[in-house]
Formats: sequence, structure tokens, C-alpha cells
Amino acid sequence: MMPGFVAEYGLLILRGLWITVQVTLLAAPLTMIVAFVAGLGRASRFRPIRSAATALIEFFRGTSIFVQLFWAYFVLPLVGLPLTPMQAGVLVLALNVGSYGAEIVRGAIAAVPRGQHEAAVALNLTRWQRFRYVVLPQAFVLMLPGFGNSAVELLKGTSIVSLISLQDMTFNAEMIRAQTGSTALPFLTILVLYYVLSAGVVAGCRWLERRMSAGLDVTRV
Amino acid sequence: MSWDWDFVETIIPSLMAGMLITIQASLLGSALALVIGLGFALARRLGAPAIARGVGWVVDFVRGTPLLVQLYFLFYILPDAGIRLRPLVAGVIGLGLHYGSYISEVYRTGIDNLPRGQWEAAKALHLGTWATWRHVILPQAIPPMVPSLANYFIAMFKETPLLSTITVVELMSAARGVANYSYRYVEPMTLVGLFFLAISVPSVVFLRFLERRVALRTE
Repeated sequence: MMPGFVAEYGLLILRGLWITVQVTLLAAPLTMIVAFVAGLGRASRFRPIRSAATALIEFFRGTSIFVQLFWAYFVLPLVGLPLTPMQAGVLVLALNVGSYGAEIVRGAIAAVPRGQHEAAVALNLTRWQRFRYVVLPQAFVLMLPGFGNSAVELLKGTSIVSLISLQDMTFNAEMIRAQTGSTALPFLTILVLYYVLSAGVVAGCRWLERRMSAGLDVTRV
Repeated sequence: MSWDWDFVETIIPSLMAGMLITIQASLLGSALALVIGLGFALARRLGAPAIARGVGWVVDFVRGTPLLVQLYFLFYILPDAGIRLRPLVAGVIGLGLHYGSYISEVYRTGIDNLPRGQWEAAKALHLGTWATWRHVILPQAIPPMVPSLANYFIAMFKETPLLSTITVVELMSAARGVANYSYRYVEPMTLVGLFFLAISVPSVVFLRFLERRVALRTE
């Protein structure tokens, strides 16, 4: 194969890689917000909030992410909400992966031992102080492994934005295939790149887990 | 946005046809994933160290890469290698391989979670390998796995729309066909969403029921 060929298409793959990374990085904080809002909603004292959070979670977990993406991209403009492919992709990924993440938040908060709540009450901390300084720091460490998995799911999920014409890594590989007829090379290349990215995410999460649990007497669940 | 019931009536037949393919793909994919998962789990447990490590690496790789790209890869590569498959077959293989990798971990933890004493007791009773697995290990290891397995089946069902990208005419593909043909997206896309909701919400309720049953058994 000629060097020019590799350089030209290599650049295309790299540009796609950048879009993939961008979508992941933009969606990650939003995913976290959705996970916390929905997860805390499910742990709320008030029944209406609990029901609303459950409905949101079941809706986004129950309908396929692909269907949600198409709905956001093709139907929302008809009700006066036009979204760019990037906006639609980031929004749907965050809502979908965040809905799965809500269960992680809820589970981790429920796993903080009762005695911790009781001790905080005995110390006369307010509801907010109990959450912010006692429950959350312990629950957050428990959430990290789950969030690591969610981050990998998010990264892999970004590949479907190629279907609404966002030129991510998958889109460009598919384009190279269509133009050159070479199948193995572009797809193998991006498979390896996706794998390297997810391995990076996993390693980063492990590191964070070690750092955050240092000095904490964490009850493993 | 307006909702046109007459239009809905005209598209229902093609959506129903797509729905059947969706269900077919999910069931076949689940069955294949169970078998592939078992194969991977056994290879990692009983195979030679080199094989175990190789399979472990494959499982890691499949889990770390998107299903969509794997489907493209299978769909375009296999004909190059001289293997011509119907799109549905290629799609089912992709689903089976992807979810088989996840499911192999379910088998693995299910077996690893059994107390060591069970193996030792089987050995003390002079049971052979087959009898140990058949009468001691599997009957105890399988029931706790059922909820996780069901969870993956539901997840797979919701990923079947990806098969539309490799020209399988399942529900999503049927809906997109109708939408492109009539320039109406609201009804077909919404109906597809409702269909998925109509299957997955009852499945999740059933899953919770299974989880409670298993929790009761293992207490």
C-alpha cells in the first residue's frame, strides 16, 4: 500500500477520533448530572419526586438509545427544537447512560451504613450537612467502579452518532470503506483505537479509585 | 407536529413485519450468546494457560469496542473471506459474540462465587469431574446467574436496531424506510419507541421478580 494512501486516510481517522473524544468529553459531565439528579430523585423522601425519577429512568432505559437518537434528531425539529448532530448525540447519550448511572448513585447512597446517618443526626448536622459531609464522601467512592463502567459504555455509545451524520471515527471508517473498498484495515484500525481509549478510561478510573479511597475506611459492597 | 392516525394504520403492517425480525434476532442472539459465553468461560477456566489468556484478551477486546463497529466488521469482512451470510445471520453472530463476552463473565463469577468447600466435598465423596459439575456445581451456580443473564438479554433486545445498519430489515429499518418514503418521522419513530417500551417495561418487572426469588433462595 502506498504511503500517501495511509497518510491521507490516517488523517481522516484521526480527525474522527477527535470528534469521538469530543462527544465523550462533552457528554461525560452531563451524564454525571443526569445520574445524580435521577439517582437522588429515586432516594427522595417525597413520593412524587421518586415517581418522576423512576419514570424518567425507565423511559430512557426502556427505549433503545438508537431510537432516542433518531427521535431527537428527526422529530424534535418538528416541534421547533432543531438540534445539530453533535447536540442531539451528546444529549441522548447523557440521558441514556445517565439513566443507567442513576442506579449506581442510588445503590451507593443506600450502601452507606445506617450508623453514619444516625451519628450525623446525633451531631445535630442539618439535612444538607449530613448529605454533603458525611454521606456523599463515602458514597462517592462506592460509585467510582460503576462510573468507570458507565464511562466505557458512553465511549462505545458514541459510535452511533455516526448514524446521524456526525463525522466521528466510525463514520470516517465507513466512508473510507465506501471509497476504497478496503474493509479490514479501516475497521481494524478503529477497533484497536476504541479499545485503547476504553483501556485508558478503565486505567484512569482505577487510579481515581485508589486516590479517593486512600485514608477512607470504606465498606466494600 | 401533528399525529395522523390514518397514516399510522397504513404503516402498521410493515412495522409488524419488522417487529418479527427484531424478536427473531433477539431470541437467536440470546441463544448464541449463551453458548458462546459458556465456551469462553470454559476455555478460560479449563483451557491451557495460553488459550485461557488469549480468550481473556478477546473477551476484553470485544467488551471494550462498540457493537456497531463489530457489526460492520463482520458484515463487510466475512464476504472477503469467502463466507457469504444473510445479513440477519451476520447480525445474530455479532450480537452473540458481543453479549457472549459479557455473559462469559456472568458464568465465571457465578462459578467462582461457590464456596470452595463444595468442590472439596465433591472430591471427598469421590465424584468424577462430570458428576461434580452436573450434580454439585451447576445446580447451585446457575440460579443466581439468571437475573444477570436476563438483564443482558433485555440489553441486547434494545441494541437490535443497530442491525438496520447492516441492511437487516428489522423494526427500526422498517420505520426508517417508511419515514424516508413518506417524509413523516413522527409516527414511525414514536411507534418504534413505544414498541420497545412495551416490551422492556414488563421485562424489567419480571426481572425484579426473578431477582427477589433468587434472593429468597440464596438466603
